[in-house]
Amino acid sequence: MTARESQPATARGYEPVIGLEVHCELRTETKLFCGCRNAFGDEPNTNVCPVCLGLPGSLPVLNSKAVELAMRIGLALHCEIRPSTFHRKNYFYPDMPKDYQISQYDEPINVGGFLELPDGYRVGVVRAHLEEDTGKTTHVGGGGRIHDAEYALVDYNRAGVPLVEIVSAPDLRSAAQARTYVAELRSILVATDASDGRMEEGSMRVDANVSVRAAGSADLGTRCEIKNLNSLRSLVRAIDYEAARQAEVLESGEAVVQQTRHWDEKESRTVALRSKEEAFDYRYFPEPDLVPVAPDPQWQTDVASALPPLPAERRARLRQLLGAPAAPGAPWDPGAPPTAAQEDQIATVVEHGLDELVTSAAEDGVAPSLALARTANEASADPHRARGLDRRAYVSLLEMEERGQVTATQAKAVLAELLERGGDPVDIARRRGFEALGADSLAGAVAVVVGAHPNEWERYRHGEDKLAQFFIGQVMKVTKGKADGKTVVAELQRLRG
Amino acid sequence: MTSGPASLLSAQVRAGERSAVEVVERHLDAVARIDPELHAFVTVLNDGAVAAAAAVDTVVAAGRDPGPLAGVPVAVKDNMCTRGVRTTCSSRILEHWHPPYDATVVERLTAAGAVVIGKTNLDEFAMGSSTENSAFGPTRNPHDPSRVPGGSSGGSAAAVAAGLAPIGLGSDTGGSIRQPAALCGVVGMKPTYGTVSRYGLVAFASSLDQIGPFARTVSDAALLFDVIGGHDPMDSTSLDRPAPRTATVVGDGVDGCRVGVVRELYEDAEPAVRAAVSAAAEALAGAGAVIEECSIPEVRHALPAYYLLAPAEASSNLARYDGVRYGLRVDAPDVESMNAATRAAGFGAEVTRRVMLGTYALSAGYYDAYYGQAQKVRTLIIDAFRRTYEQVDALLGATTPTTAFAIGDRVQDPWAMYLSDVFSVPSNLSGDPAISVPFGSDDAGLPIGVQVLAPALGEPMVVRVGAVLEAAAPPLGQPRLADRALLGGSSEPS
Amino acid sequence: MAERLTREDAAYVARLARIQLSEEELERYAEQLADVLEHAAAVAALDTEGVHPTSHPLPLRNVLRRDEVWPCLDRAVVLAEAPAAEDGRFRVPRILGEPL
Ligand SMILES: [Mg+2]
Ligand SMILES: [Zn+2]
Repeated sequence: MTARESQPATARGYEPVIGLEVHCELRTETKLFCGCRNAFGDEPNTNVCPVCLGLPGSLPVLNSKAVELAMRIGLALHCEIRPSTFHRKNYFYPDMPKDYQISQYDEPINVGGFLELPDGYRVGVVRAHLEEDTGKTTHVGGGGRIHDAEYALVDYNRAGVPLVEIVSAPDLRSAAQARTYVAELRSILVATDASDGRMEEGSMRVDANVSVRAAGSADLGTRCEIKNLNSLRSLVRAIDYEAARQAEVLESGEAVVQQTRHWDEKESRTVALRSKEEAFDYRYFPEPDLVPVAPDPQWQTDVASALPPLPAERRARLRQLLGAPAAPGAPWDPGAPPTAAQEDQIATVVEHGLDELVTSAAEDGVAPSLALARTANEASADPHRARGLDRRAYVSLLEMEERGQVTATQAKAVLAELLERGGDPVDIARRRGFEALGADSLAGAVAVVVGAHPNEWERYRHGEDKLAQFFIGQVMKVTKGKADGKTVVAELQRLRG
Repeated sequence: MTSGPASLLSAQVRAGERSAVEVVERHLDAVARIDPELHAFVTVLNDGAVAAAAAVDTVVAAGRDPGPLAGVPVAVKDNMCTRGVRTTCSSRILEHWHPPYDATVVERLTAAGAVVIGKTNLDEFAMGSSTENSAFGPTRNPHDPSRVPGGSSGGSAAAVAAGLAPIGLGSDTGGSIRQPAALCGVVGMKPTYGTVSRYGLVAFASSLDQIGPFARTVSDAALLFDVIGGHDPMDSTSLDRPAPRTATVVGDGVDGCRVGVVRELYEDAEPAVRAAVSAAAEALAGAGAVIEECSIPEVRHALPAYYLLAPAEASSNLARYDGVRYGLRVDAPDVESMNAATRAAGFGAEVTRRVMLGTYALSAGYYDAYYGQAQKVRTLIIDAFRRTYEQVDALLGATTPTTAFAIGDRVQDPWAMYLSDVFSVPSNLSGDPAISVPFGSDDAGLPIGVQVLAPALGEPMVVRVGAVLEAAAPPLGQPRLADRALLGGSSEPS
Repeated sequence: MAERLTREDAAYVARLARIQLSEEELERYAEQLADVLEHAAAVAALDTEGVHPTSHPLPLRNVLRRDEVWPCLDRAVVLAEAPAAEDGRFRVPRILGEPL
């Protein structure tokens, strides 16, 4: 472990300034400029044609669906949709069939928006533009490391897959905030059905521009761009590492050199990429094989009106369910504000697109706080299956828990099986012997325990609430775990009068 | 209205008077005899062409419509993709490349019953004005084999001039159809940008490239244009409307048409060429056209602007020849040096020169002074033409400053070679149509071409004016290297 | 106006364009490119204040394709053209630089 990791930039009096470039693959049927299938995991070089292989004589034709999805992303990020053009970005690399990338350069389709984090902080979105993805290179020999490899193999299935690159303003101030931004962006992409947002599969890729400055300063320092951040974990670690590295450079009186760096997950550090002096001479010029794209107002309106509720709205809806204010800072409503834990639960539920589970249970009369807790804490462990969960079965399980027919622990076990195999929660609970105590036998057990501990009961009666835990423990012992904690507390309170 | 050999041949095949196989074999036989010296072809489709002709005959025999070019042999420039038939662009780097698809124009030819008999020689990647820049050796001018046929579509021009095919396809980025047409004494037309699909045309300079017809008569050129033109969804720059029809208006004459003779398009030409332009103007006047002298000074900036724009686009279009996916590879220990060694070995001198020039014009610090500035000059030229066309219906000038020059004459001096395109380049920058029609010869008997220009989608106008000039043109001697019988349009074997 | 193109410029451009040239070739190309650029200087010197650059002769906009799958090429046909292939993929010598 290096000194850098033990002493973060902030501890040295430096503030990180972070901007993110997020590339996300669009969920189209076909590629950006040809009709080859946009699919992940097919046999290599089977989704290719003259266009995406860059064969001589082939020409690109723009996919209208990709434009529509780009507009959805732009609208969800409050951008202005502009007439746009494509440019060629010229550089040689074997995974790029034409040895240039077609990308929107000085006239992108979306400009000037923002993304609101769950806590209300707004991060500027400079632009969100369309471009094509490259193929996939596999380095062979030398343990898979690029520099030691003997040779490389190239698969062009991914070449030409539509991407939207979302460029944030340098508005982020910590790795944690950067993480929240990416998680929120992912929720938006999933909610708008524009992308599946899977970082593990590479359908969402993040580059981070990091600089540091003396805390309190308004100047921007020299930045480095970090590539290869393919999980939220690496994003956080890489930014923390890089900020600390730059702080150390500045502290020692040297200057940060602007460069592109690579996050080495194994070594837990960023390393400078080899870059020749011509590395950045991309010789951009307008793509002569394509014409400008200028979505007319009608098309924009159609796309806007078809947008589903976005995460910020959905979080507000869940807060409302809890009887909380609709947004941070909004006028106070009667009812308790969500606790910090509940805010986290709300964020989790929205991030995984599980709002429907909570809202439908609440509509059926389940306590919103219980529906929220089970959904965020348990159901979200397997969001894919959770989205497919039978609504009635889920509500029925939550009702059993509310009525004390199963304990919280038992309810979690039933839910796990529901997610795994489906079925009727009543049957599952019965099969597993999860017959929670009926109200009468529970009351009996509580009476027995109270009688056996007169001193503790006196103290509890005089307001020492924390002793409730003691009684719960004792009741659990007596009932062999079949009692529900909340029901026990309710009974204690009834006895106390 | 005059008919050419292509329309005659297809009429005969359609009527069942001659078989397509016989027509094609007759032309293949001429190719076998004459092409070893002419070298118009890079690849001859002996078996494939006969099989395609047989298919046309089957259609005729079945009483179905074989199309307007039934059984007509076509010489196709070797920068248009032909499925399974090597397409070299006359470059070492693509010497053995077999495209897995047909260019749209090739599909349309086949659908019209035409038969591709071979792929013709060109300046490598269409960069040149003499066809000397072919990796496979120069094509000769049928009128004088010691001279160039012009370029870059020299192979198609020479093949049509020598009778080896009645029609051919070329591509015109800065004059590459019209200039060789003029030097070989045939008709060549560059259509309006966007009227003929570029899908399957190996790109040189995408915003300038346009495919067009070669023929020995204006009406055959019109017939071929009508077959290949029209919207193609595979080309985003293809105009989304039917291409103008030309074959039906070729004979409409020019009575009352206003034709401007552009000073900048003949002034600097050699005397015989200037004289031809004057005679052509008189011929048009005689046919009822109103002739006006005019000047478009901006045209003088066209050549330097072109030699910044075209290489810039080319430098990007030719990046893909990197030895990774197809074509030549020169082995090297790492991919970077493999790319560089492959491109050094695969590209000839002119291609290297233009790729470097274009890379430079786009590179950091020079874009505004060169590429950006040339794009603005392009605007000035377009505006100048637009203003001129408010006064006239068509423009007349020379196609080239000189007649065919000797092989080897200009290879050492790039700019002297580039000057061959000085009159043709303006139409590429404006995107407007232009045709070159033979109009007499110089003292040495070498063909002279005059050029007719019109505003966008003015193909009907250029063929009408072209046909009047064709009818009035002084006779041109028969080429020395040719199948005389086929040239006569005769149906008799020689 | 830019200064006359040098041998160093030519070397830089050859690197950018990935063409391996000898010293002698660099000298020659530098000369020829400088000559051509001298002719281009006429254009560079023109007053184009306020003139819009034309990158395309057509006024087209919004040329779009429906998101429909079309048939792909047969992999065997594609790889038959490859200078080297292995395991259904294109094989290239080791890559020194990272993608930029
Ligand atoms: Mg990008
Ligand atoms: Zn494709």
